[in-house]
Amino acid sequence: MPKFEAGKFDVIVVGAGHAGVEAALAAAKMGAKTLVLTINLDMIAFMPCNPSIGGPAKGIVVREIDALGGAMGKVIDKTHIQMRMLNTGKGPAVRALRAQADKVLYQNEMKRLLEEQENLTIHQAVVEELLVEDDKIAGLVTQVGAVYRAETVVITTGTFLRGEIIIGDLKYSSGPNNQQPSIKLADSIRDLGFDLVRFKTGTPPRVNSKTIDYSKTEIQPGDDVPRAFSFETTEFIMDQLPCWLTYTSEVTHQIINDNLHLSPMYSGMIKGTGPRYCPSIEDKVVRFNDKPRHQIFLEPEGRNTREVYVQGLSTSLPEHVQRQLLASVPGLENAEMMRAGYAIEYDAMVPTQLWPTLETKKVKNLYTAGQINGTSGYEEAAGQGLMAGINAGLRALKKEEKVLSRSDAYIGVLIDDLVTKGTNEPYRLLTSRAEYRLLLRHDNADLRLLEIGYEIGLVPESRYSKFLEKKKRVEDELVRLRSTMIKPNEVTQDLIKSVAGSELKDGIRAADLLKRTEMNYDLVAQLSPSEVELSIEEKEQVEIQVKYEGYIDKSLQQVEKLKKMEDKKIPENIDYNAINGIATEAKQKLMQVRPLSIAQASRISGVNPADISILLIYIEQGKIAKISG
Amino acid sequence: MEFDTITAISTPMGEGAIAIVRLSGSSAIAIADKIFRSPSEKSLFEQNSHTIHYGHLIDPKNGEVVEEVMLSLMKGPKTFTREDVIEINCHGGLVSVNRVLQLALINGARLAEPGEFTKRAFLNGRIDLSQAEAVMDLIRAKTDKAMNVALGQMEGRLSRLIATLRQALLETLAQVEVNIDYPEYDDVEEMTLPLMIDKCTWVSEEIDKLLLTSSQGKILREGLSTAIIGRPNVGKSSLLNSLIQENKAIVTDIAGTTRDIIEEYVNVRGVPLKLVDTAGIRETEDIVERIGVEKSRQVLKEADLILLVLNSAEKLTIEDRRLFEAIEGMDYIVIINKTDLPTEIEIDEVRKLSGHKRIVTTSLLEEQGVNELEEAIASLFFEGAIEATDLTYVSNARHISLLTLAKSTITDALEAAQNDVPVDMIQIDVTRTWEILGEITGDTVEESLIDQLFAQFCLGK
Repeated sequence: MPKFEAGKFDVIVVGAGHAGVEAALAAAKMGAKTLVLTINLDMIAFMPCNPSIGGPAKGIVVREIDALGGAMGKVIDKTHIQMRMLNTGKGPAVRALRAQADKVLYQNEMKRLLEEQENLTIHQAVVEELLVEDDKIAGLVTQVGAVYRAETVVITTGTFLRGEIIIGDLKYSSGPNNQQPSIKLADSIRDLGFDLVRFKTGTPPRVNSKTIDYSKTEIQPGDDVPRAFSFETTEFIMDQLPCWLTYTSEVTHQIINDNLHLSPMYSGMIKGTGPRYCPSIEDKVVRFNDKPRHQIFLEPEGRNTREVYVQGLSTSLPEHVQRQLLASVPGLENAEMMRAGYAIEYDAMVPTQLWPTLETKKVKNLYTAGQINGTSGYEEAAGQGLMAGINAGLRALKKEEKVLSRSDAYIGVLIDDLVTKGTNEPYRLLTSRAEYRLLLRHDNADLRLLEIGYEIGLVPESRYSKFLEKKKRVEDELVRLRSTMIKPNEVTQDLIKSVAGSELKDGIRAADLLKRTEMNYDLVAQLSPSEVELSIEEKEQVEIQVKYEGYIDKSLQQVEKLKKMEDKKIPENIDYNAINGIATEAKQKLMQVRPLSIAQASRISGVNPADISILLIYIEQGKIAKISG
Repeated sequence: MEFDTITAISTPMGEGAIAIVRLSGSSAIAIADKIFRSPSEKSLFEQNSHTIHYGHLIDPKNGEVVEEVMLSLMKGPKTFTREDVIEINCHGGLVSVNRVLQLALINGARLAEPGEFTKRAFLNGRIDLSQAEAVMDLIRAKTDKAMNVALGQMEGRLSRLIATLRQALLETLAQVEVNIDYPEYDDVEEMTLPLMIDKCTWVSEEIDKLLLTSSQGKILREGLSTAIIGRPNVGKSSLLNSLIQENKAIVTDIAGTTRDIIEEYVNVRGVPLKLVDTAGIRETEDIVERIGVEKSRQVLKEADLILLVLNSAEKLTIEDRRLFEAIEGMDYIVIINKTDLPTEIEIDEVRKLSGHKRIVTTSLLEEQGVNELEEAIASLFFEGAIEATDLTYVSNARHISLLTLAKSTITDALEAAQNDVPVDMIQIDVTRTWEILGEITGDTVEESLIDQLFAQFCLGK
């Protein structure tokens, strides 16, 4: 194939899934001349698995993306069919929003955003080769021989990289949903010396809604109050579609046990590592054989389609067994299968080959993001895509790179886990992975990150100044509540009695009264009204910060300690072999991960506190040597 | 650079009339100020640097006087570590110095790692470059040793107990996490506040038990409770006197008991012994005679170690045999005294009666055999024949300070649960408790919570 020069860009993004679109939009918005290449233009921001966005931890990631100036939140706000706030009965740190998406509308909306974005060129092409000069990315070549040159390149190939679909004993080369896979690019990446691993994931069958007997299922409606991911959304979709809940039956389990020998999971045909948090139905039945039934959620894939996603029945059993399985589930006895479930294997990078900016250590100016880095989930992909796009853009524009810390955002936790610890299964964010989750809340994502989004150039001035006003109102109100005394007069006591609280013996600061379990902001405001009327979000913010002050302070103290360790930088050219006393295993890990700070080094498994002590001393020694020499 | 505050005993263990407990770090003065009262009631913050002060150490929890001390106050940077440093001079001897150390640990200091004072001195630019390698060697060497000790303890009773507690906490945590990460997952019981209160109460009580009854803690705080028994005139008081003369005893009145029961502490080759009912021995020569058979049995039961004294110059009597019966199954050493006189006792019979216990022959009158006896006590203790899983001093203090910390975090969790704080907030203190307990056994695998999550529950949406 003869090659031809097709153009020069600041940033090229390969792939336009959830990671690719955020990367491309971010780079372009920051002013970098950006190109995004996708195998199929009709599959931009496609959801190959469940039709939903958000949920615990993930929903907070979407809020963070929005605060940083990303797209996911705004797009799902416009295209969802249902929204629910989860964990409302628990503390504010774990509340999370989840939306059921209209898949097609979501794609269309995202595609339109890309098309309208200044500085952004969209093109359909299969990338086959990366061009590297002096260990630095120079550009890439597509299937038709087009050579694109760029300062930086972001690879977001999802499950396309040497993808293989498996159903029963059928196995064929394919991207998700029978898309054309990306094979030569995998070779090109391997040839550059990168370690790739084989991961596996799967999806359940889809059925036609007109053939479902909903009377045998339970309805799962959305919330009837307006909800949105984006801090900027002002129009809410109140016309929502419900999901439905049913269960597997004993017959289902019998069918699985009878047909296990046909499952590629158990025949040894699938070699890739699958995620534990999203097991196939055959896995659930085998591993938890004492459980009489498993939940099955029926989720509509959109408003203009009858297709329904059978959540909980993810499987790679042969299609005839899948049909039997569906028929054994109450409500699905006569359901018509529209697509079969399948497992997909794909190549992923060992993520410890990346810097915390998501730039590869081997090839300068080359970034990877999303499922290729060993994660799963649209939100995890989008969060990485955004950060890779930001850093690729900053590099191309010759600005200083940006890394979110574990105490800044779930996105920081996600990326730090990947590049520091690696992963041996597709990685999913869980709230328990965040040690400061009380600080990483749904409600305060803007307070945590909007400033950063503004500095980078993703958040426009108008939004920023509105944010500053909100921030000030919250801060002023906190000061006011902490300094205002409430007298134990009749009005006060009556109000306290009306909510079954114990009467005041003395005057009390408004903030201290608010800390009581039975009190909320509006009640306290009745006794001590603010001069400025606060919005619902602002009131919520004030209430959380007052009520959970003790716990928040505890977390902040821990963060202080972390920051000190993060400030202790490890020189990039450090020679671990020259340091006596560090255990051999720890040395190997340190050389592989090449941590940038003592904090990061201490998170590597296999590196113990004594190794860290020695490392600290070694580094200080170098500094002293420099000062005295 | 700013570090947390560390503390350790800076003088060699078990010797000397005076011991020094040193504190270094940004809150060294604040911690000392919490536990030190000078007669003038002046705060340490108001005192000049590099001054020495007389006063008492007080347990701030109950206002109880712990020790009479001299305290040196040295503000950074003109100190060994270049940080604020406090040195507390207290009475030598394991028991008192450990009390002082405990007090510092409970009030916010952390036990220093091996070589950590020197390390800080280096990091703060106090020591020159050539000494850096030596510091690193020190850290490595001591850590390896500490790890060996830790490994030895892994099989111990304490470790097993802690492992049980941690597993219970981990299951609780996993349940809370599942409730959060999979809110629609129907097959798992919601971790409610009453359930949380139950779990926390149980863990808190278990930690209390560990702190109170574990031989480790008890020995450290009180010494190895030791009773000297034997018929009249076999040489019990001579034994007592020679142990005391050799080992600088501290005579203490134990609060809350009658004056006639006096306990004396002696330090035998690093083993703290609390000699029980020494007054009884002195006055009446016979514990059984003085307090009655039943009560003496009880005293014996509570003892960790019994020294049974026999008379070499007489044949075994019925009383001797009864004493053997009374102490069956306990840790004891047989002392055949008065070897300066012609031997009449049936040694083979004594061997038979005592099974595999150590037998030491002495002539206390001629000061013969005391060394052998002390050796026997020390080896019994350090070889772990006495049921105590954790015998090294450092680990002991470390364990107690960690257990105390765990106790305070689980108490926080419990109080929060009783005040209707959401479960996922209480989780913060429960997780902390789990981590602290893990530091005792050296298990700090972060991934285990997530592993537990997937092992325990079948997860979907």
